[in-house]
Amino acid sequence: MSITVHDVQHVAKLARLHLSPEEEAKLTEQMNAILQYAEKLNELDTENVKPTTHVLQVSNVMRDDVVKESLSQEEALLNAPEDEDGHFKVPAVLE
Amino acid sequence: MAKYETVIGLEVHVELHTKSKIFCGCSTEFGAPPNTHTCPVCLGHPGVLPVLNRQAVEYAMKAAMALNCTIGDVSKFDRKNYFYPDSPKAYQISQYDQPIGLNGWIDIEVDGETKRIGITRLHLEEDAGKLTHVDGGFASLVDFNRVGTPLIEIVSEPDLRSPEEARAYLEKIRAIMQYCDVSDVKMEEGSMRCDANISLRPEGQAEFGIRAELKNMNSFRGVLRGLEYEQFRQGEILDDGGVVVQETRRWDEAQGKTLSMRGKEEAHDYRYFPDPDLIVLHIDDAWKESIRASIPELPDARKSRYSTEYGLTAYDAGVLTSSKPLADFFEGSLAYTKDAKAVANWMMGDLLGYLNSGGLELSQVKITPQGLGEMIGLIAGGTISSKIAKTVFKEMLESGKLPAAIVEEKGLVQISDEGAIKQIVEAVVAANPQSVEDYKAGKQKAIGFLVGQVMKESKGKANPGLVNTLLAEVLNS
Amino acid sequence: MSLFQYRLPELHNMLHNKEISVGELTEESLAAIAERDGKVHAFLTLNEEGARASARELDDKLASGAARGLLFGLPAGIKDNIVTKGLRTTCASQFLSNFQPIYDATVVSKLRQADAVTIGKLNMDEFAMGGSNENSSFGPVRNPWDLERVPGGSSGGSAAAVAAGEVLFALGSDTGGSIRQPASYCGVVGLKPTYGLVSRYGLVAFASSLDQIGPITRNVEDSAYVLQAIAGYDAQDSTSAKVDIPDYLSALTGDITGLRIAVPKEYIGEGVDASVRDTVLSALKVLESLGAVWEEVSLPHTEYAVATYYLLSSSEASSNLARFDGVRYGVRADDGGGLLELYHNSRSQGFGAEVKRRIMLGTYALSSGYYDAYYLKAQKVRTLIKQDFDEVFQKYDVVIGPTAPTTAFKLGSQIEDPLTMYLNDILTIPVSLAGIPAVSIPCGFAEGLPVGLQIIGKEFDERTVLRVAHAFEQHTDHHKQLPQL
Repeated sequence: MSITVHDVQHVAKLARLHLSPEEEAKLTEQMNAILQYAEKLNELDTENVKPTTHVLQVSNVMRDDVVKESLSQEEALLNAPEDEDGHFKVPAVLE
Repeated sequence: MAKYETVIGLEVHVELHTKSKIFCGCSTEFGAPPNTHTCPVCLGHPGVLPVLNRQAVEYAMKAAMALNCTIGDVSKFDRKNYFYPDSPKAYQISQYDQPIGLNGWIDIEVDGETKRIGITRLHLEEDAGKLTHVDGGFASLVDFNRVGTPLIEIVSEPDLRSPEEARAYLEKIRAIMQYCDVSDVKMEEGSMRCDANISLRPEGQAEFGIRAELKNMNSFRGVLRGLEYEQFRQGEILDDGGVVVQETRRWDEAQGKTLSMRGKEEAHDYRYFPDPDLIVLHIDDAWKESIRASIPELPDARKSRYSTEYGLTAYDAGVLTSSKPLADFFEGSLAYTKDAKAVANWMMGDLLGYLNSGGLELSQVKITPQGLGEMIGLIAGGTISSKIAKTVFKEMLESGKLPAAIVEEKGLVQISDEGAIKQIVEAVVAANPQSVEDYKAGKQKAIGFLVGQVMKESKGKANPGLVNTLLAEVLNS
Repeated sequence: MSLFQYRLPELHNMLHNKEISVGELTEESLAAIAERDGKVHAFLTLNEEGARASARELDDKLASGAARGLLFGLPAGIKDNIVTKGLRTTCASQFLSNFQPIYDATVVSKLRQADAVTIGKLNMDEFAMGGSNENSSFGPVRNPWDLERVPGGSSGGSAAAVAAGEVLFALGSDTGGSIRQPASYCGVVGLKPTYGLVSRYGLVAFASSLDQIGPITRNVEDSAYVLQAIAGYDAQDSTSAKVDIPDYLSALTGDITGLRIAVPKEYIGEGVDASVRDTVLSALKVLESLGAVWEEVSLPHTEYAVATYYLLSSSEASSNLARFDGVRYGVRADDGGGLLELYHNSRSQGFGAEVKRRIMLGTYALSSGYYDAYYLKAQKVRTLIKQDFDEVFQKYDVVIGPTAPTTAFKLGSQIEDPLTMYLNDILTIPVSLAGIPAVSIPCGFAEGLPVGLQIIGKEFDERTVLRVAHAFEQHTDHHKQLPQL
């Protein structure tokens, strides 16, 4: 499997990143190198191997349904780049 | 249109009414000032971690069982990745391939026919925040109070064949959620939401046609109208030999149309993967059984019990069990009267008539089951007439007072004292010589007028049977 | 002699006997930073006022005779991906250059409970992605042993600050070697605990299934003290382990008679510098002389670890870093009028090249059609790597090898070649994938640069890891060497 600059552009769109043409070219090359290296994994037969999501052997970690104190509106908005009337403000999605 | 068959599948989101959010301790209460029910966790601040609310899991299990789903022994949470301002982490914690419930069904009834609708899956996820558009649509304000409210998504099989079936399915889902007491299920407040997939295919064709996904139907009526419109629109396209575009469309209530959302949508690639911040759920039999034991009698069971136990018609039993508050009201009244049919009649007629004409919920009127039950007792005991009862009933709707108090306060007790009625009868006969003459000349109609006059004089309180007897006596004497 | 050359219990006694005050310790730390950090650049944000205020409070406490915490009065540095309420936390990223956290990480609360003094926030590779500290948006950290060389990464600031005598200890985070490798390069002690032993709540996530916070100290005893203070179950972290926390200090007996050591042939074979290998083999001789026995074993899936790690960690990172979108915090770039532009511009301007590369790789690996081939496959190989260790630990108490295949390399020498850079972590990554504990301790020098010895233990067996490290340290003086700055 090898990826093209179009793949890179598509992935950049999914990841919400703008890339310059130079960055696109460089990333195509670097990602190909890394993915080619990752091909190594196909040497291993993992048909009957269970995936590891967690190394911890635990299950059913849950909390009780208890309300805790929330932040004040002011704290919630403390780092907001833009806010209005107690809300975070963003430009609308433009078509 | 007859040459096409409509195929509909629904995705219903139901907010679970836990006290706190699914992954943090913020309150889920509706209607607080913006961004006052938030914390670093639900705001998606760097470094925070989710901790699952056990109650949300148990409500989801309960709902899934009530919808006849199989509960998986292992269930896990996955991240659904997408950027949108109402999603603070830019991923939603949801369930991908190991949801809480799989392969369920419910029965719906349309035009007296019962039909089984398959439920593909039920999974647990977190709700998003709320966007309000401002600056003429050029900006949005974000309130994260709702983000993290636990939701279940119930996905049906494409088994629905008409907008009416879709509506019946939705109503049944609502009733079941209400019975299970896992949600407020108010479409108007958004605690129940519905998206639909709808396509048309020529009668007899096995494969499905091209579907549209329909969003923004915010009421039962909206679902019905939106689907009807879309059925019509797709029919027209097919009639003209055209091809339906696979797309997402928005129901516009004001325009009464569905509109394409193309352009607002990107090719989605949600990149689901197991959320490494959460641990898998192992649901053993003991846990399942403890939840199963908490499920109350559901609408279908209650409906058949109303027919067998109280002799109600299937229709009446169906209506009364279609919402839990209604059914509870019905049964509540039976603690005060044995006459189930009378309770059903009053509810089907006067109560539902009043609610429907005013577009009201049962919770918005003040009448109590005790009030209705006792009122039926007063009629049976002859204290008030059925006619007076109408007045009493109306008063109960508005004030919530008990019927005895209303009757006393307004002096509505039926007059069954022969002497008192006879006095009125004699006065009426004396005052209407023309009518008396007509009656004696054989015009039977005249007696109706005289009865009416007596009732009027008694302010409706005279016992009608006695009035008839005494009037005949006086006229024939 | 700098106060920082004392061991933690010695400082405890000096404080107790009023020979020194917390104020003096704090000022010594601030003075050392003023003197040396211009060269090392370990700190991104200093907490001068806050530190002095804490010192005054603690000195009052000392005077009053009230009970003192385990890390009483000790000047600490905190890696800048651990959030500190009201104290700027940047993850060494332009994106968070103005970010004021609104809560404290669990470890930060624990340090406060233990009466430590937070001196400031430490430089790192941006979002902990990198092994050289050259990926900091605010300029690289330099190795105190040779300012032309990298300190390692991503906890390069943490290791360098301790090595340079700027703080008594530091907290770092380790995802694939980010505590151990810089500890190795800088000649200090870096411990990565078992996954789940220390709460991740408040650690800005890079790869959630691998990230773990741990101490960087001058010696093993101090490491045990700090671990004692920060380990423990946290209800705010679902992946936190419900285990009883043992007494780590009592494990430091100096006795390793009969200890069974496994030395993976893959850890001393091809790709490992001869000088590093020789230094490690000498260290093994020391352990032998103390009564331990060692044998060569094989961890056959070692060669697959780097690929596995980069697929898993980048995938998780692509999702973890999606929240940096310019809506709720961080730097919002010019939006050009639209939301999409706002996202793209904020993220493109806010993130550096390595972070973008990992996000791209991870997004690709998770994208439609590739999940099974990359992410799922890597999760399965992770199982095989863990099984390698499980098998070895049936017969051996610890696994020992070098921490890194080389000593610290020169700044700029690998930055254009990500794959080579990634391979520097080949000896630390398998341990991270298996979730087990490991410490890197100084075990000698090669051409004047520190070499780290990696001691790997069974899960939750930090006691054995620390016991072995401590016994070695007792019979060597590598940890007492100081860089000339």
